[in-house]
Amino acid sequence: MASPHVTASVIQATEFPDLTRRYRVTGVPKTVVDDRIEILGVQSEQVFVTQALQAAE
Amino acid sequence: MSAFGAPQDIAARLAALPAPVRLVFFTQTFGCETCLPARQVVDQIASLSDRITVEEHSLVLDKDKVVEFGVDKTPAIVVVGEQDFGIRYYGVPVGHEVGSLIEAIDLAANGEPCLSEDSVIALAALDHAVHLQVFVTPT
Repeated sequence: MASPHVTASVIQATEFPDLTRRYRVTGVPKTVVDDRIEILGVQSEQVFVTQALQAAE
Repeated sequence: MSAFGAPQDIAARLAALPAPVRLVFFTQTFGCETCLPARQVVDQIASLSDRITVEEHSLVLDKDKVVEFGVDKTPAIVVVGEQDFGIRYYGVPVGHEVGSLIEAIDLAANGEPCLSEDSVIALAALDHAVHLQVFVTPT
């Protein structure tokens, strides 16, 4: 919303076991940024922004 | 009566939406046991506000819509405000996740991010697509 380049999906882990396995989701919430950066648990806004920017580099 | 708690709070919040929101729902007839319960939650939420409309498409049959919204599994709920902000919800929103969806609807209606000025400035510099997938479980 702050950037037209950022999209966000919420995924109910129990309904999509294939994705849960692929991204090794063993606890929630777990956020996967561009398939390569993992953010575990509830983090500050700054953490999400920093990781989103890092993923785009 | 209601699948989620605090219906009065939710109803008041949704009734006060400042702009229309479309919930674009993707389903498929076979192999989607949770599509019906997901649609029921969507309908229940929509029934609380004149500002919310629901449209349903098939992941299998409505290829143009699948491409337009970039969804790849069902049940999928696309939250669209004045524009598509890239917000998707996959699965049945239950428990606290109903609140997440309500939050997304509110954000889409307002069309403004709920972020600090620093974050908004930092994100404005993005020039590549970034996709966040947030895994949750029913709570």
